[in-house]
Order: sequence, then C-alpha cells, then structure tokens
Amino acid sequence: MPSVTKTTLAVLAAATMLAGAAAPAAAQQEPLSGDLRIFLDTSNPAPRAAMEGMIARFQEMHPDLEIETTIIDREAYKTQLRNFLTANAPDVATWHAGNRMAPFVEAGLLEDVSDLWDEEISRDLASTKGSMTMDGKQWGVPYTYYQWGVYYREDLFEQYGLSAPETWDAFKENCRTLLDNGVKCFAIGTKFLWTAAGWFDYINLRTNGYEFHMDLTAGRVPWTDERVRATFANWRELIDMNAYIDNHTSYSWQEALPFMVQGDAAMYLMGNFVVAPLREAGLSDDQLGFFQFPAIDASIPMAEEAPTDTFHIPAQAQNKEAARAFLRYVADPENQTIINAELGQLPVNSRATIEDDEFLTAGFAMLSSAEGLSQFFDRDAPAEMAKAGMEGFQEFMVRPDNLDAILQRLERVRQRVY
Amino acid sequence: MVAVATPPRGATRKAEAPTAFGGYWRRNQLALAPWLFLAPGALFFALYVVAPILQSFQISLYEWDGLGAKEWVGLRNYAELWWDDAFWTSLRNNVIWLVLYLLAIPAGLFIALFLNQTVAGIRIYKSLFFFPFVISQVVVGLVFSWFYDPTFGLFNEILGVFGLGPIAVLGDPTFVTYGIIAAGLWPQTAYCMILYLTGLNAVDPEQIEAGRLDGARGWRMLWYVVLPQLRPATFIAFVVTIIGALRSFDLVSVMTAGGPFGESRVLAYYMFEVALSEYGFRMGYGAAIAVVLFAIMMIYIAFFLAKMYRDERGA
Repeated sequence: MPSVTKTTLAVLAAATMLAGAAAPAAAQQEPLSGDLRIFLDTSNPAPRAAMEGMIARFQEMHPDLEIETTIIDREAYKTQLRNFLTANAPDVATWHAGNRMAPFVEAGLLEDVSDLWDEEISRDLASTKGSMTMDGKQWGVPYTYYQWGVYYREDLFEQYGLSAPETWDAFKENCRTLLDNGVKCFAIGTKFLWTAAGWFDYINLRTNGYEFHMDLTAGRVPWTDERVRATFANWRELIDMNAYIDNHTSYSWQEALPFMVQGDAAMYLMGNFVVAPLREAGLSDDQLGFFQFPAIDASIPMAEEAPTDTFHIPAQAQNKEAARAFLRYVADPENQTIINAELGQLPVNSRATIEDDEFLTAGFAMLSSAEGLSQFFDRDAPAEMAKAGMEGFQEFMVRPDNLDAILQRLERVRQRVY
Repeated sequence: MVAVATPPRGATRKAEAPTAFGGYWRRNQLALAPWLFLAPGALFFALYVVAPILQSFQISLYEWDGLGAKEWVGLRNYAELWWDDAFWTSLRNNVIWLVLYLLAIPAGLFIALFLNQTVAGIRIYKSLFFFPFVISQVVVGLVFSWFYDPTFGLFNEILGVFGLGPIAVLGDPTFVTYGIIAAGLWPQTAYCMILYLTGLNAVDPEQIEAGRLDGARGWRMLWYVVLPQLRPATFIAFVVTIIGALRSFDLVSVMTAGGPFGESRVLAYYMFEVALSEYGFRMGYGAAIAVVLFAIMMIYIAFFLAKMYRDERGA
C-alpha cells in the first residue's frame, strides 16, 4: 500500500501544479486529478467494448486523471459487490435500479447523488427517475435499458401461415399450429431460474395489470390470492399444451438458443440482448421478428418489462469529485447514443438518438406507450423473495400440479421477508 | 515416545546466578517444552478453526444481512429450519450422498487389487487411474454435465443404443442427485484406490505365503488374510469419504446450482445459497445450517478421534 499512496501523492502533486497552470484555460471544466477506480460488471464482449470506449473518451476529456478499470464477471459481480462496497470501495460501480439497490442504500453504502439530478438531467432521464429514487433522493444514474418481448422466426410463421398475435387466443392458436407441425412454440432454458420469471411477469402483467404486479412484488398481496392463481392458470394452458421445449431445466438461456436457430422452436420470450447471439448464429433480420407480448385481458393496459442498468458512487469512494463528473458523462445524451448503439440497447436519456435497428425501434415505440415499466421480477422483488419465487416458477413449469404447495411456500417467504 | 531425560541445560552452567525465572524454567522445562512447540499450531488452530466455529454458533442466533445491524432472534433460525422444505430436501440428499459415496471404498479397493501387480508400465496405469483425483472438481463437474447433456451427451447416446432415453439427468428432479453422486464417485474412487495401493505395499508377503500353503485363495484369501491387514487404509478411506460426502459442494454448484428447483441441494450448498449467493445474505440462517452440518460431522469426527485415542493407547 505505501507505494500506491506515494504514487497517488505524486500524481496529485503533479496534477495540482498542472491545474495551477491550466486553470484559466478550462474555465467551465475543473481539471480532475487523482485516481478514478471504476468497477464494471459488463463482462460480455459487446458491453465490455462499449464501456471501455466510454471510459477512453472520458479519459481524453480529463487527461490528468488516472483511471483504473476493473471488469468483473457479471455473475460473480453480484456477490462481490457486497464485499467491495464495505471495504476498499471503488469510486464508481455498475449496478441495477429498483429494489436491487435497496439493501445497499439502506446500509448507507451508496452515495446520495441527488445533486447530479438537476432540472436538465431530471427531464432527460425522467423515465427512470422513479426507479433511481429512494427516500426522496437519487442514488445513481442509468445508462441503458432494454425491452422484453417475444422474438420469433418470421420464416416459420410464414411457412405455416401465421401472423404476430395480438390476443392470448391468437397466441395459443399459433402455438397449436406450430405444435401440430412438430415445432415447439417456445425456447427457454430455466437452469438459472430467471428466464421463468420473465414468463411469470408478463402473464401476471397481462392478467392482473401493472399495479397488481407491483403490489405483488412489493409484498402487499398474498401469493395465495385468487388473482395470482388466475395468472398461473393462464400459464398452465401453455404448459399443458407442451408449448415449451423439453428438458428446459437443463439449459441456460444461451444453451436454449440452438432450438430457435435450428427451427425446432419458433418463439423466445427474452430481453433484447437475445438479438445479438441469434444474429451471430446466422439468423438474418428477415428470419427474425419481434412482437409485444399479447394482451390476455383486453381491458388491462399494456405494461412492459424494461430492466435498467446503472452507475453508482460507493459511499466510501475516494475521489467523489471525479466520480460525479464521470456519472454526469454517463448521463450525457451524446454519450448514451454512442454506448447504446454499441450495446444494442435503448438509451435512457430522452435526447439521445436510437440506432436504426428494427428491434430497437420497435422496442422504443413499445416502451414509450407502455402503461408502466417493471424492472424484472428479481429486481422488483427483494432478493430472497425473488429467489424463492423463481424457484417456484421453475418447479411449476415442470410440475404444475404442485401449485398449491408452491404458493403456500411463497406465502411463507413473503410473510417473513417483508 | 521419545522420553530421553536430558538434564536441563542450565544445570551445566551452575556458575550463573539463578534468577527466579531461570529457576522456574529449569524445574519445569520438560513439562513446558511440548506446549511451547505446540503453541504456534494451537494458536492458529484456535484462531482459524475454533474461533470461527464458535462465531458460527453465535451468528446463528441473530438475523443479520452481513451489512446492517444484527438482530437477536434466539433460536428462531433453528425453528425455521424445521419448517423449511428446502432444508429437509438438502438433508435427505446429504444422507443419500453419505450412503452412496461409500461405494467409492469397495470400488477403490478392487481397482487397487487389480493394479497391484508387476507388469511393464504399471506406473502409467496407476497414474491414469489416479488422474480424476488430481483434476479439479469443477472440471469433473463440467465433464459430467456434457456427458449427461440430453441433446448431445454421450450418456444419452449410449441409452439410445438400447432404445432408451433421452433422460435429462441433471434436469430431472428424481435422477439429479444420483447423477451428481456418480460424478463425485469418479475422483473419490481414485482417492480410495491410492490409499489401498499404499496399504497393499505394507501387506506382509509371508502371511500371504502362509495362507496359500493352508489352501486359502480368491475371496477367502482376500477376506481373511489381506483385508485385516488393510484395516488402517480402510479406516482412513471411510473417514475421508464420509467427510467428503458431507462437504460436497463444488459438484452441486457446477453441475446444477442446486436445481432443478432445489432438488439437488445439499446442506453445504444450501448454506452458501442462503448466506452468500446472489439472492441470499441471511447470515444467521446460513450459520444455523452450518451448525447443523457441523453437528452431523461431529458424530464422525468424534468416532474418528475416539478410535485414534484408543489406538494410541493400545500401541
């Protein structure tokens, strides 16, 4: 450690001298100095490149800053975050909006960045301000979000004379035709559980609406409620049709992709990140289509899932001034345009432009007219409830007859957690 | 025991004025020396083994997320275990592990007997059989995951030859634990084998000769002459296998992550899940599971220690 401190001091000293000389030149931008340690969970190739590009541009704007970037595997990050927020915290760290950041805010591990959310940023990032706010303060800034929906094989649909369904009945009708022709309706891999939660979220949003879904994930409704049962009854219709690929508990979501690519399954309910691997696997945009999850109850307005990824400043950060400047740059419309084009996702900043892409345009239109945006089951519900819930969903998909036992178990967890 | 009564060193240097401390040291040197030599080991054992165990007991009485304040809940975590289906599933699986894992001992013995011969290149065969124990459990888990894969795995190809399957072993709640145990037996058998191979080196050739003269061969020779001489090896194999079964974690984590819907969990994995995984962080509850696991292990450890003590006494 001593040597590190020494270098830091040296850099600081050098930077201060430089700053003294250059101060008049950069009037509107205080030259930043010192170290800026950034921890990222963007370990997949495309997000990694996008983040590295962004950091390089930020570095160019602040040449005196010693930026040190650490990229941690996305799954490992979820557990490591707790450790590094409490000891030896970085200056900036990625995480997620909504309930997922709640435990850290409550434990006082994240910096209150309400000062960044001035009028301009609040207006530009209005769509996610709610999910970044706790106790009336903001705790980070979002950099991207993406839509969920049904990705399907347009060529298979054409072959069997199907069109993108808008109602639940049409949805099931399509599925029946596909099954009669020996094609499974839905690819899914539930080994890591969360994919099943996507189905639950959507069927529940369509059966009971946004308010109810939010009440349920916030623990205000018992799991044994009749309306929850109605959701599962709708879901069961698909399960009883054998609409899902067999042995889905053995696969991760990536391992289920070949079914879709080879035409053994025609649809995949997934986030927009599924497009990149499908294209890489050789599906052209003519073969691949997207539609909004169909309405089940016509009287219920359509709400959508749009998980938001965010940047935060740990409370124990050393260089909060530089960290704030970095977060401001993250929120910048021009920057969000660039990184989201690389990520293949949607910018949160309303002044950013969306890349010309069939799926992003469709997603943007869909989210703009949505009744409400949910984050995703494991971000809306507290961690423990999410875990128990997703396990229950997976069990239900394999053994739908166990529903009563599953719901009672979830209800017990709910009563303990909230 | 080495009980050489060396006269205290100070005795040869009578000329020096004996200080109070020096006097005490001289009188008790023989009693103190072993403790001094033990001290570093004992200190670290206390610090890194005993203290954490006590700490686990203590934490298990609290509700704590690892970040905020601890809340005293008494025995509530244990009461909750009683009602927790996942806990009973894990416990049941641990028992299955415990029983089936013991198959590694006879399997290891027979491979050892098979390899205990002098043929050209036998060392290579021995190393090859020992190989699964050398590679990481994570690799074993991955290899078996592919082996079991329902679409392209070798296992289902083989079943296909007999017109069976496909069975998604790791996705099926009834088969999953057995599938993982089979993977675990692979390295564990190699471990038992090496224990028996060293044991076989110590088998007295004269007794074998005598047995042969008396007409013992085959099973009778093995049962009455060889096995009794392998008792120390068998004992160690038992202990390491039981402990190995109880602390099984890596394979479950790599192959299924406890799934499908928690059917392949074992206590060690469940403890990790509730206390340290992505959705966990109930330190108190995790500690309670750890205490239960410790209690189960303690049965065997106590048995092991008692036997060691008896043997030392007898020797």
